[in-house]
Order: sequence, then structure tokens, then C-alpha cells
Amino acid sequence: MLEFSLDARRGSFHLQVECVFSSDWTVVFGPSGSGKSTLLRLLAGLDRPTRGRIALDKRMLTDTAAGPHLPPGRRHTALVAQQPALFPHLSVAANVAYGLRSLNRSARTVRVEEMLALAGATDLAGRRPQDLSGGEAQRVALARALAPAPRLLLLDEPFSALDGQASDALLERLRLWLQVNQVQAVMATHDVTDALAMSAEVLLLREGRLTALGPAGQVLASERERLMVRLQGRNN
Amino acid sequence: MDWQAFALSLRLATVTTAILLAIAVPLAALLVLGRSRWLAALEALATLPMVLPPTVLGFFLLVLLGPRTAVGRGIAALLGHPLAFSFDGLVVGSVIYSLPFAVQPLVAGFASVDTALVDAARLLGAGPVRLVSSILVPLARRSLLAAIVLSFLHTIGEFGVVLMLGGDIPGSTRTLSIVLYNQVENFDYAAANRTAAILLGMSVLALALIYSKAQKRGSAGHA
Repeated sequence: MLEFSLDARRGSFHLQVECVFSSDWTVVFGPSGSGKSTLLRLLAGLDRPTRGRIALDKRMLTDTAAGPHLPPGRRHTALVAQQPALFPHLSVAANVAYGLRSLNRSARTVRVEEMLALAGATDLAGRRPQDLSGGEAQRVALARALAPAPRLLLLDEPFSALDGQASDALLERLRLWLQVNQVQAVMATHDVTDALAMSAEVLLLREGRLTALGPAGQVLASERERLMVRLQGRNN
Repeated sequence: MDWQAFALSLRLATVTTAILLAIAVPLAALLVLGRSRWLAALEALATLPMVLPPTVLGFFLLVLLGPRTAVGRGIAALLGHPLAFSFDGLVVGSVIYSLPFAVQPLVAGFASVDTALVDAARLLGAGPVRLVSSILVPLARRSLLAAIVLSFLHTIGEFGVVLMLGGDIPGSTRTLSIVLYNQVENFDYAAANRTAAILLGMSVLALALIYSKAQKRGSAGHA
């Protein structure tokens, strides 16, 4: 369970959200500039809020009043952003192994293979990041983020470079894997079909404020209508 | 040809460059990654030797390291001899004098590394040391090379600090630039010509050696 109450300013932008994510897959939905990425960066610990607290499974990660702000690498939280940000001087396998320093060599190799298989990137292991397509790089970024066994996975439009079919297949496999391994996921998207397809809990974000939280069908009813109208318009 | 001075210059530049790297790499990383508002002041301080006249720096160090100050007396008691007018004193002066030439290229290099890569490494549990050694230094290795070349050559060529702080003691503080100055003062232009040619040759050789290496490594990285 992820609980947070955040108040953060970035220039003229003001994010103010208080929320509890209890479902194992939550979609943060909102237009560009609504604060999705800002929210995920705060949850990951990359940025600090002006005021607020973040707790994962009752463990306090950030608390501006009482003190602790665990650094990003010690929050059991992974973030996969739209930009894969693979280390260009390391092979794909070395990228995935980067967060596995505590494992011995053989355990590391096994884990890297397992993660690449999950992401559908097994045959990329020996390649260099600059030789990958956008979609392949995003697969590797996912494998790298999941390798250290996080408790919380944050996804910020992570499969934008994959085509719809590949993205759906990967999401389905990922969702199953996360369920089995009891990893909670939060995915930010501005794509209403993505949000609806997951039939998950949806948080609606607009200009830094939470406007609705609930089942996808309910929260996104108006968005779905808009989509239907547009599809029908196209068919006619 | 004064081979003793030649060897001394090489030794001074090598020791200085090694110490400078040990200081400049963490310092540059702190300046790039840190968030404290005091860092601007620290960066200004690290750049100061670049604009300070070398004779002024040499004079300050001479006074500070000499027997007039508590610092100087403390060091003298510790080492058994004062730092001023010794090789160790020259190393201290050279490190300070060449500091900006090691720090500036590294700051520029580290700052050009994509912050998304730094974020990714931090998310995967990299602490400051690993961040610098596994991400910043390998991705900014051209800047590291530039820092090494500049520090080394700048130390070889320094004159004001060496003269002020070291005096002109053969085998201990008489470097090639001092030898050149002495030769010119004695109107021995033939010898001065040879010394100057050696200094020029060293600069060209060091640059050629290191740039050819950079290119080889660069192309190997892309293969």
C-alpha cells in the first residue's frame, strides 16, 4: 500500500496531492503538464517535496516534518521513464546488472537472464545501447529497473516507442509477473486507451490537483465517451 | 643541458598531476551533483588561482609556509624542515596553482553527462563514489584526459610560483623554466634556445601522445 501527501512547487507549477493507492496497479491519468512525471519523481525520491510524506507498506520513505528522506536507491522503488537512459558505455547485460551488486556473479547472471526474458529482450544481452531501437531500449530499461527486486514500480509512459500490440503483450506479461512477485505498480499515461485497457484504479490529475480516484470505467467515463465519439466520427 | 632540472620538472609535474586528480575528481563531482548554495563560492575559490598573478600566490604561500605563521611552524615541526624552498613546497604551490586547470575541464565534462543517466544510477542504488567511478568518469573520459594534459603542462611551465616559493636550488627546486630564465639572464642564448626547444617539444609530445590515445579509445568505444 502506497500512502502519500505531497506539496511541491516547481517554478510556477504547484502539485498538491493526498492519496492512498491500495490496488496493485494504479494508473495516473492526465494531460501533459498535469504533474504526472513530477509526482513519480517525488515518489521515487529523486526530488524532495516542499512539504509532505510518502509511506510504502507502512514504511516511511519521505517525511519532511519528522526527518527521513531515503535516497532513491534505498526506497525499494523503481522508476522507468519514457527516456530509457541506458548507460551508453555498458552492454545491455551490464546495464541490467548495474543494480545487482549485492548478488554474487552466478546469481547475477541468472537474474539478468530472467529480467531480459520478462521484458522480451533476451537476444539483446550482448548489444550496446546505441545499437538498439527505441522500443528495444525501453524493454531493457524495464528489465534493469526490475532487476533489484523493488516493492514499488513506477512507470512513466514507459512503452511509448513500442507499437500497440507489443506494448499490450508486454504490459500483460508484466502485470502477471508483478502480481506473482507482489510488486505494486503505478503507471502514468496520457493515453486513455492504455488507462482503460488496464481496468485498474485510476487517479485523475489536472494541473497538479487530484480530481478523481476510482475504478477506470467510472473515473474515465467522460474520456471514454470522447474516444467513442471520435472513433464513430472516423468510421462514418 | 641541465638534465637534473629536466628530471625535476618531470617529477614535479607527475606528482602534482596525480595529487590534482585525487582532489579535482571528487571536487568537480561535488560541484556538479551537489545542491548546497555554498558550492558557487567553492567553485569561485577553486578558480581563483587562474586569475591570481602567480607571484602573488607564490608570495602568500611563502609567508604562510614559512616560519612567520603557526601553520608554517607546525608543518616545519612535523616534517623536520620548512616547506618553503623545498620540493614538497613546490608540490603544494603547483597543486594550488594548477587546480583550476584540472577542475574546470572535469566540471564541464561531468555537467555534460545526461542527468537522466545520473538519476537512473541513483535509482539503482549507486552512492556518490560509484556514481563518479562508474558513470561520470567513464562518460567524461575526454575531459579527464584534458584535465591531465592541462595540469601536467601547466605545472611544467610554471615560473612565478616556483621562483617565489622555491628559490633556485639545484636538484630541489630548480626547474626547467628557472634554468631558461637563468640562461637568458646570463646572455647564454644558445643554451636558452635548447632549453626552450625541450619545453616546447615536451608540450607538443604530451599533446600528441594523449590526443592520439583519446582517438584510439574513442573509436574502440564505438566499435
